[in-house]
Amino acid sequence: MIEISKLTKIFSGHIAVDDLSLHIGPGEILGVLGPNGAGKSTTMKMLTGFLAPTSGTASILGFDIRKQRLLAQRQMGYLPEGTPCYDDMRVQSFLEFIASIRGYRGAERRERVARAIDLLELGGVCGQPIETLSKGFTRRVGLAQAILHDPKVLILDEPTDGLDPNQKHQVRELIQGLGQDKTVIISTHILEEVSAICKRALIISNGRVLADGPPAELQSRSRYHQAVTVQADEPLDLLALAVLPGVAGVEENKEEQSLTLLARPGAVIFPQVSALVAARGWRLNRLDLEQGRLDEVFQRLTRGETA
Amino acid sequence: MKQLPVIFKRELASYFSSPLAYVFIEIFLVLSGVFTFYLGGFYERNQADLAPFFGVHPWLYLILIPALAMRLWAEERKSGSIELLMTLPVSCFDAVVGKFLAAWVVAGISLVLTLPMVITVNYLGDPDNGAILTAYLGSWLLAGAYLAIGSCMSALAKSQVIALILALVVCFLFVACGFPPVLDALNPWAPQWLLDLLASLSFLTRFDAISNGMIDLRDPLYFVSVIVAWLAATVVAVNLKKAE
Repeated sequence: MIEISKLTKIFSGHIAVDDLSLHIGPGEILGVLGPNGAGKSTTMKMLTGFLAPTSGTASILGFDIRKQRLLAQRQMGYLPEGTPCYDDMRVQSFLEFIASIRGYRGAERRERVARAIDLLELGGVCGQPIETLSKGFTRRVGLAQAILHDPKVLILDEPTDGLDPNQKHQVRELIQGLGQDKTVIISTHILEEVSAICKRALIISNGRVLADGPPAELQSRSRYHQAVTVQADEPLDLLALAVLPGVAGVEENKEEQSLTLLARPGAVIFPQVSALVAARGWRLNRLDLEQGRLDEVFQRLTRGETA
Repeated sequence: MKQLPVIFKRELASYFSSPLAYVFIEIFLVLSGVFTFYLGGFYERNQADLAPFFGVHPWLYLILIPALAMRLWAEERKSGSIELLMTLPVSCFDAVVGKFLAAWVVAGISLVLTLPMVITVNYLGDPDNGAILTAYLGSWLLAGAYLAIGSCMSALAKSQVIALILALVVCFLFVACGFPPVLDALNPWAPQWLLDLLASLSFLTRFDAISNGMIDLRDPLYFVSVIVAWLAATVVAVNLKKAE
């Protein structure tokens, strides 16, 4: 589907993307995570043919982005960061322009535009100039132009950035819906988004891949994987909890007066903890099992420590 | 090539959806009228031709055309829409030429709207309408040459104001190198071949030849090659600067 090989981009001495190689299969929703300046946008700009790589290349459905740029671009829909559009155009005529560029004429063009407007619920703002629209609507116009030609590959650069929670939810649902039969790459720095919609997550920093795997697998690298958090109004017997088999350590969270028991790698401690709670007759307000914290993994990886 | 008309249409529509095209046409018509009748002494000359009208075009375009061309690429880069445009399956050639043609058509429309001028001379006397038509074509070619320069400067500068100033300076060089005072100033020390070369590169000399009704294919060809060269430079500039 998408084959990236040794992709490198150097901006006047600064390496933005460093020897990136990656295979992305059909139907995958890949979430690219990374701090600002990690090379997410630069990678996407190279994949979409906007930036020429310094070395290396990538192919989209077999079309090389350097040698067959126009053919590769036909296969892709792209939402650039910040959704730049022709702001003075009306939504309808903007989408018609995109459809014409994509080679649709006459009835087919009308049909494509109507379907995109329908899918993104833009019917109410069709006749408005894009510059008068709210951020959420503008983003939807950007998505509409990206999916107009029903591309096999969709590349979305921070699709939910700057939207309110409801709009974020809508856009995520839409991406999930689209991901049924497309390969989708989204970049984001919202970690929960990756767990919510991506089947595969990529953490990059300084242009290098630090981690690559399903979000659940990345979560399990967290030291909070299989950790148990207990919270009670009465004081708990710290020592008894700490010596339970498999417990690696205890963290006290002063603010909410709770304890987080960390598990040794590979160990499961939930049954022991709940047995102890039952035996001592503690009345707990909370007893949670954690899958791991993606943000903690992210911080640890991107600060340069080994996982 | 298929996308060229699409780009052209969008660009032309955007000229007319903002006040820019109307302001340009209005100012062009007013100024060409003022220059022809007051400063050019249209009536006093007692000749049934449009020489004072066309004579002012190189100077009028010098101010107006860079203003028409400045937004072509600078605006795309400023707003970021260039990223959208260049990731659509459009070749850089189509985009550059499509945009240029749209601006050139706006210039053409303002020329066509000066038709009352032609009607006036025909009413007052018996002019050589063939020569007038040639001069019109020459004027349109001249506008095209200015626009091609402006388009390249717009691709180089991110700010429209800088694009305007750069275009003005470069266009001025192309005009001034054939302006008699400039050539006279160079005369005492520059060799004759240099003066001839400069004069032959000048928009002024070439345009005067066409607008005087002299049909020499080399003059229109000169303008066409200037347009082609500057548009080629625009393609290079867009590719070089698009991501900055």
